[in-house]
Amino acid sequence: MRKVYINGTGCVSPAGWGVDGLHNAVFNNSPAPVHELERPGWEEPLKMRAVPRLSPPPAFLRHPRLRRSSPLTHYAASAVFEALKVGGANPDLSVIPQNTGILVCLQSGCVHYSYRFFNEALDNPATASPLLFPETVYSAPASHLACILQRTEIVYTLVGDPATFLRALALGAGWIAEGRLDACLVVGAEELNWLLADALWHFDHHAVPSAGAGALFLSAFSECSDAIELALVTDAFTYNSRLNRHEAAVRMREALPPGSGNEVLCDGREGRTLKDKIENSVWSGWPGARFSPKATLGEGFMAAGAWLPVTACEALKDNRYTAANVSVVGNDQQAIGARFIRHAGAGEASSRAPAGDGAA
Amino acid sequence: MLFPESNNKRKNRRVVITGAGIITGHGNGWHDNAEGFRSGNVALRPVTLFDTSRQRVSIAAEVRLPESAPDTLLPIKQVRRLDRAGIMLLHAVHQAYAQSQWNAHEDTPVIMGTTSGGMALGEVYFRHATRSPAKHRGQPTRAYIYQAQTQVRLAAEAVGCYGPITIISNACASGANALGLAWEWVHGGRADRVLTGGYDALSELVFTGFNSLQSLSPTGCRPFDAARDGLSIGEGAAAFTLETLDSAEARGAPILGEITGYAACIDTHHLTQPHPEGDAAVFTMTRACRSAGVAPEDIDYVNAHGTGTPANDGSEAIALRRWAGRHVSSLNVSSTKAGIGHLLGAAGAVEAAACLMAVQGQWLPPETSINEPDPLCEFNIIRRPMGSKIEYALSNSFGFGGANATLILRRWS
Repeated sequence: MRKVYINGTGCVSPAGWGVDGLHNAVFNNSPAPVHELERPGWEEPLKMRAVPRLSPPPAFLRHPRLRRSSPLTHYAASAVFEALKVGGANPDLSVIPQNTGILVCLQSGCVHYSYRFFNEALDNPATASPLLFPETVYSAPASHLACILQRTEIVYTLVGDPATFLRALALGAGWIAEGRLDACLVVGAEELNWLLADALWHFDHHAVPSAGAGALFLSAFSECSDAIELALVTDAFTYNSRLNRHEAAVRMREALPPGSGNEVLCDGREGRTLKDKIENSVWSGWPGARFSPKATLGEGFMAAGAWLPVTACEALKDNRYTAANVSVVGNDQQAIGARFIRHAGAGEASSRAPAGDGAA
Repeated sequence: MLFPESNNKRKNRRVVITGAGIITGHGNGWHDNAEGFRSGNVALRPVTLFDTSRQRVSIAAEVRLPESAPDTLLPIKQVRRLDRAGIMLLHAVHQAYAQSQWNAHEDTPVIMGTTSGGMALGEVYFRHATRSPAKHRGQPTRAYIYQAQTQVRLAAEAVGCYGPITIISNACASGANALGLAWEWVHGGRADRVLTGGYDALSELVFTGFNSLQSLSPTGCRPFDAARDGLSIGEGAAAFTLETLDSAEARGAPILGEITGYAACIDTHHLTQPHPEGDAAVFTMTRACRSAGVAPEDIDYVNAHGTGTPANDGSEAIALRRWAGRHVSSLNVSSTKAGIGHLLGAAGAVEAAACLMAVQGQWLPPETSINEPDPLCEFNIIRRPMGSKIEYALSNSFGFGGANATLILRRWS
């Protein structure tokens, strides 16, 4: 069985287009700004952390496939290009192994187009725009990525709660380990509109929804002297009548190594006592540094599921840390954990991540 | 542990089906559906679930849901919260599990395919949020049940299946991809058993979407007909219990059939149109045959994707000719979408069930509505009910965004 390494990470978040934004927000504890989101029919607006607009738009948006694509696809594509370290209107795709898989993970999907299309359908179905409907399909972003990257053999869209991103990491890593793939892109992405924010409000009046994407480029070979290895992904502990969310989180915690002072924990805390109760309880006594991207970036659903392992990989670029545990206690499906290990090589590791507790 | 896997896993295991559940426009359960497919019945009828008076098309293959849900481990309160899609999935999973005689309370993995999950419930949420923004009653439940992971989790829990859940949403290939991935897991030693399948319910958004693309046939779909004018939408679910042959034989379980091959890829030609020469379809059929260790001449029946749209059927006809070569003229082909419409995320799973019924019953599912076959079709289109020796059946599923998948099933004898 081959080992699996992280050969690149990419990110779009309310802190900006790129991993640097996430880095600054999480490791320097610099929360992305909270904006008002108009909720039609209400006097009080909802709250959100928005992905900043890029001006001028990124060059990759000139690709013909992306002319009418959703923000979610733009986020996913940007994160993927960053993870691959390619860019521009005509990216050099030769750096990507031919047998590279693409796994796109979503929870809510392309809500902008779905909202617009259904609005038109209710208004007058006879004139609802055929240009909108294809982008409502969950698999549209994966199709666009496959087209842009010209990698076609294994392309799946997985739907679920945010822990699904780690499930996808395991799937892609498994294919690499057994030699079926040489590389795999795993992307988690989400976009936001008032309807999605409204749905979240019904479960948690104080949550601040956000959007964005995270991508990991998995490979059988490390390009860096300090290689980051995906060491393990725990079982998926599915919530059911026998195993509640807290119990599932406990079992996930038990399936990960206990940690040490030079290890990092990246978890899903939001900096709110009640909301963080499970992860605070499960990970009490964690001996190392602890970072919580959602505390500064908001509830990004599947994007947040991807931000956690991206944060872990960023932290491991700091040579004080040797390993990182990732804990995702999903909203309504499962708890899954993962562990990344840094193998120190000859090269000098960059030292950007500080020690500390990143939760607000 | 999901990763890394054990180094000791045994590969190349034979994968058999020991339980199958199905609900479509033909009816609920194996018997009604087998009879519908065998006789070429057409289940298209006027849509009753929503208003179609302002649409070009007003027919679909609606499921007549049984008045009561199956008796399962799920509390009745939970069952009542399920939407139409969740109820259909519940029926299919319950039938498959009961037939397999698998024990409840197992951590068996679940892999399901769907394109729209609880979209109809999402539509109710949308209407409520926009028209009665100050009223919140019922909205949390709608937002919760709408999500595919909730529906799949509850259906699995209903039969006592508590394993990890993977939901594939590769458009109209979702069901085939789910079965294919489940087959890979069992075949490759990643799991000894998997509960799998696909489901999708009729929804106004999806119906209007295909209507807006001018893809719906006003008269009912006639796949591979020279005058075909579009597809018909259907709804339903199919579920299967897959396990190793060793496992099934050890417990003396009746075996319904075997899955022997699978392949998938993406056609990057266009978001909604297939490559005109069917490149991706040729790839998946060739690769699936290779994984099954068979050649085109070994395939006794092809359940085509066959949506009834001019572009899809033309492309698939060319792909079948390119794949089968000189054997194309002896190839038996039909599309069961002629009877039950296009079930989108459920299509691949339901059509695999149709293939399973055909190889078990040794008959070919006909398309009774076809008038004049398209001259592009150099194969035999099955137009009337007939018995036939079928050892291998091949099922194609192609979806929006270019998701292509091919499954190969084998008779169990």
